[in-house]
Amino acid sequence: MAGEENRVVLHGTRVSLYSARVELALKVKGIEYELVEEDLMNKSEALLRFNPVHKKVPVLVHNGKPIAESLVIIEYIDENWKEGPRLLPQDPYERAKVRFWAGFLHQQLFEATASVIKTDGESQERAVKEVHEKLKMLEEGIKGSYPGGSPFVNGDNMGLLDIVVCSLFGPHKVQEEVLGVKFLDPEKHPRVTSWVKALNELPLVKEVTPPHEKLVGALQCFRNRALESAAA
Amino acid sequence: MDGVKLHAFWASPFSARVIWALKIKGIPFEHIEEDLPNKSALLLQYNPVHKKIPVLVHGPRPVCESMVIVEYLEETWPQHPLLPTDPHKRAVARFWVKFIEDKSPNVWMVYRTVGEEQEKARRDSSEMLSILEEHGPNKGKKFFGGDSINIVDIAFGGVALWMGAMEEVSGCKMFDAAKLPRLNAWIANFKSSPVIAENLPDRGKLCDHLARLREKRLSSSTSK
Repeated sequence: MAGEENRVVLHGTRVSLYSARVELALKVKGIEYELVEEDLMNKSEALLRFNPVHKKVPVLVHNGKPIAESLVIIEYIDENWKEGPRLLPQDPYERAKVRFWAGFLHQQLFEATASVIKTDGESQERAVKEVHEKLKMLEEGIKGSYPGGSPFVNGDNMGLLDIVVCSLFGPHKVQEEVLGVKFLDPEKHPRVTSWVKALNELPLVKEVTPPHEKLVGALQCFRNRALESAAA
Repeated sequence: MDGVKLHAFWASPFSARVIWALKIKGIPFEHIEEDLPNKSALLLQYNPVHKKIPVLVHGPRPVCESMVIVEYLEETWPQHPLLPTDPHKRAVARFWVKFIEDKSPNVWMVYRTVGEEQEKARRDSSEMLSILEEHGPNKGKKFFGGDSINIVDIAFGGVALWMGAMEEVSGCKMFDAAKLPRLNAWIANFKSSPVIAENLPDRGKLCDHLARLREKRLSSSTSK
């Protein structure tokens, strides 16, 4: 397609944790890209055309060809741009470990956290308990799988697993403020807590993170809508 | 090279996926059949997070989660590839694997529940099938992988080939062949592929097993 050669466009928005993951991956690799800021209440015709199955952000469009699903996009970025820092390890067993934990975070921990956001009362208490149980599994698992000293499990630079944890628990202060609930406990989850702290201090992460008040507003809005529709 | 062992269960679609990948690639392995109510100590040690099969053990290293295992096999034994070489095409294949993984729990829910919960799961399963029918990357092809089985075929096979038994046991229909002609043709192609045909549980035995499990699950939930 004329004019599309090597053009990298990301349809996303910085209040979406999924979209933030892809931006982090692009920045780690040093890839120049154009961010098309999507209004999630009024999605562009292009986005709906590029992601007809889910109609969601993020979608990466490279050379005119779209790819959806944040973790799939990150693997694509790593495979297509071989120069620059690696986002996944080279060894197949190490890659399997990354995929296993990314899957655990993305499916189990994300779902449990979303339940806390969307509920209140007793349901919320149960959901919080579940998050704590799964965080404990993550703490044990990461200690076992990555006993080394570097705060990033990927070595010197953020990798896929660092990106996923950062997107989920990086905004923990926002979550605590809106929900009145603490997820990360430095005494129960020392490894995960120090990992998230180290990630949040990176200039790259600060670049893609919207201001605290904006994230608080967005999360509050999301929670209110979810509680209203559950009560309806 | 280090030996390969697979902790599996005959009725599990997840361990079937791994067996299909191993056989397609011609990887020799030792099949360790787990008795699921009495999981072996080794299994619990290899998969402390989920405590589930399948677990592939290559030398001393355990790998868990069926599709993570399949990608591991693909990267360690490149013969008979299950993914294309082009990065964009690989991304498309992985997108569909993820879609199937995200939506297929609705199929298990139809089998596990009754009433409104089951009806919702049935609707969501049907929607998954409609989307695959309309947008799936197998248009005009024998398999999702073209002329040969790929990772998407393996992922979906574990769902599609168990769906019939689950429909029979739960009395709840999910797959409308008249509305899903492409997927219907795909099922026939996939089931008749030699590696798959030789590595499927007996339908009658599977239905008996699923019926027993369903009854146990439903009666224990109502007695609470």
